[in-house]
Amino acid sequence: MVTAVVTRLDPASRAASRGMSDLSIRNLFIIPTILFLIVFNVFPLIYSLGYSFTDFRASTNAPANFVGLQNYRELLNDPFIWNNFAITAQYVIVSVVGQVLVGFGTAMLLNRDIPLKGLLTTLLLLPMMLSMAVVGLFWKLLYDPSFGIINYALGLGTFEWLANPKMALYAVALTDIWMWSPFVMLLSLAGLSAVPKHLYEAAAIDRAGPFYTFFRITLPLVAPILMIAIIFRTMEAFKTFDLAYVLTSQPTTEVISIRLYKMAFQEWQTGRSCALAYIVLIMVLAITNIYVKYLNKVKER
Amino acid sequence: MAGRGVGSGHYVDLTKFVQDNKVLDTMAPATVQFYSEYPGKSGKYWSIPAEGDAVGWSYRKDWFEDPKEMEAFKAKYGYDLAPPKDWKALRDIAEFFHRPDEKRYGIAIYTDNSYDAMAMGFENALFSFGGELGDPVTYQVEGIINSDKAIAALDAYKELYKFTPPGWAKTFFVENNQAITENLAAMSMNYFAFFPALINEATNPNAKNTGFFANPPGPGGDQFAALGGQGISIVSYSENQEEAFKFLQWFIKDETQKKWAELGGYTCNKAVLESAEFQNATPYNKAFYDTMFKVKDFWAVPEYAELLTALNQRVYPAVVGGEGTSKETLDALAADWTATFKKYGRLK
Repeated sequence: MVTAVVTRLDPASRAASRGMSDLSIRNLFIIPTILFLIVFNVFPLIYSLGYSFTDFRASTNAPANFVGLQNYRELLNDPFIWNNFAITAQYVIVSVVGQVLVGFGTAMLLNRDIPLKGLLTTLLLLPMMLSMAVVGLFWKLLYDPSFGIINYALGLGTFEWLANPKMALYAVALTDIWMWSPFVMLLSLAGLSAVPKHLYEAAAIDRAGPFYTFFRITLPLVAPILMIAIIFRTMEAFKTFDLAYVLTSQPTTEVISIRLYKMAFQEWQTGRSCALAYIVLIMVLAITNIYVKYLNKVKER
Repeated sequence: MAGRGVGSGHYVDLTKFVQDNKVLDTMAPATVQFYSEYPGKSGKYWSIPAEGDAVGWSYRKDWFEDPKEMEAFKAKYGYDLAPPKDWKALRDIAEFFHRPDEKRYGIAIYTDNSYDAMAMGFENALFSFGGELGDPVTYQVEGIINSDKAIAALDAYKELYKFTPPGWAKTFFVENNQAITENLAAMSMNYFAFFPALINEATNPNAKNTGFFANPPGPGGDQFAALGGQGISIVSYSENQEEAFKFLQWFIKDETQKKWAELGGYTCNKAVLESAEFQNATPYNKAFYDTMFKVKDFWAVPEYAELLTALNQRVYPAVVGGEGTSKETLDALAADWTATFKKYGRLK
């Protein structure tokens, strides 16, 4: 199997006639990508780590002064920042749980022989193909208490989805669930269709109930791919910006990336915002690691 | 925001140009002070007032001039229903027209805290109530931003929020013009820059019935409005500074300014603003003239955005969420601002 990864160059090919070896062809393809990654990802990452220990402001010509861990110390002592993290955590939990329930549920419904299944699946995928900002603007209109269609359809009168500080975060999460459940659905559907049919037949012969079949056969076999969907959605929800920014400006919906954006590009506290970005990065890495550990465990079963 | 650009060395010093060309005499003084001067009251100038703008008000003339409404208003409040002469009348009219059962509401104000919208709205109250943000020279804020006048102003702004359409919690110029075009509110705060859309029948079905007024005075008779708009500066890296100076010399001429105003530009030129021709040119030009001599702005220091963040964090929950008293809110804001000014060495 391993040999198949690097295919031998056909001696009669044009590349071979120009004296190029397998290795040089491989390098030709890989080096530009690696260079691109170094210039646009790795370099800024390291550079901003340096800035996070300074009081640098990108809006001025003043030189950056080294301030040690001051940025980190002040950020981690700032009650407003901790509040932003608490909001983000709440948002991630509501949004990801919602997406898994709706997405996996829809996948279960679609995982059978029904007419127009392909078309139905494609249509259900539409929300996640839209731009975040567009979804945000549309849902802002849908939620509008004066002329929004949601209150009209549900008969809620002038219920304030976005102006109510307690409701606003759930309203944003609801929009996110609408947009990204299809993603979970798509991956779950792939997992579900890969479950061998004979397992269900065996379960039926043993007269296993639907709950037993679901929890002992379906869920364990779909779990690895579902975990991947959850990892992706958690990372994305943790970084969420557009939806929350476009939909509301409640302090109760100021997720960490909105605070980060304001700090970096409105207040131009470049050094401090680099430090905050690193704190966020470390948190996302930590959470993802927990998931990946769990994913590996699930796979071993 | 001039402060950040000047502090960073991006702009050419225009102090001599301003003096030689008598810009202080030809432009509305308040505009020169806030668009061009930095630091505050230093006599150093870094730009020429270009596009003037400030927060004014639009209102529904047909609602105001309805005889039944006029009668009912007079019976309830004891004076005639007309564009408000002071903030008390503004509040009364907002209350009068606030009828959620009829899906009509009193007033539309700025509440968006993503950037400076809510701050500009609150400033309209603050400055007209005789309040100030702080001392622009010493940077003292304690006892100023949380003075009795400032507290009364925040109370007034909070009260207006009660008379806004439902869900009025992230509103800026788009929503506030919608309040007029969608028959939601009797009065709506907005920058003059967005009023042309309200006199255009293609964008406002109520264009013929939309009137305008300047931000009214507060209880002590002070009358000011929050400044928008921009000055025009010369970039210090430019290789064409000589040409830029020539352009500015041409741009500030009375006849250029007059022509520019005719084309729809928001001039800051005193002579043009004062001319009857200008004031009658559009339904909002008179209110614009009334306003441009009475504008005030937010802090013009490089760290203004941090000051703005603190204001948003403190004032937004007070206005929209009804949290705390105005005194608690502004005491906390004074402490935040003091800490920021200390951080940047402006206060000891």
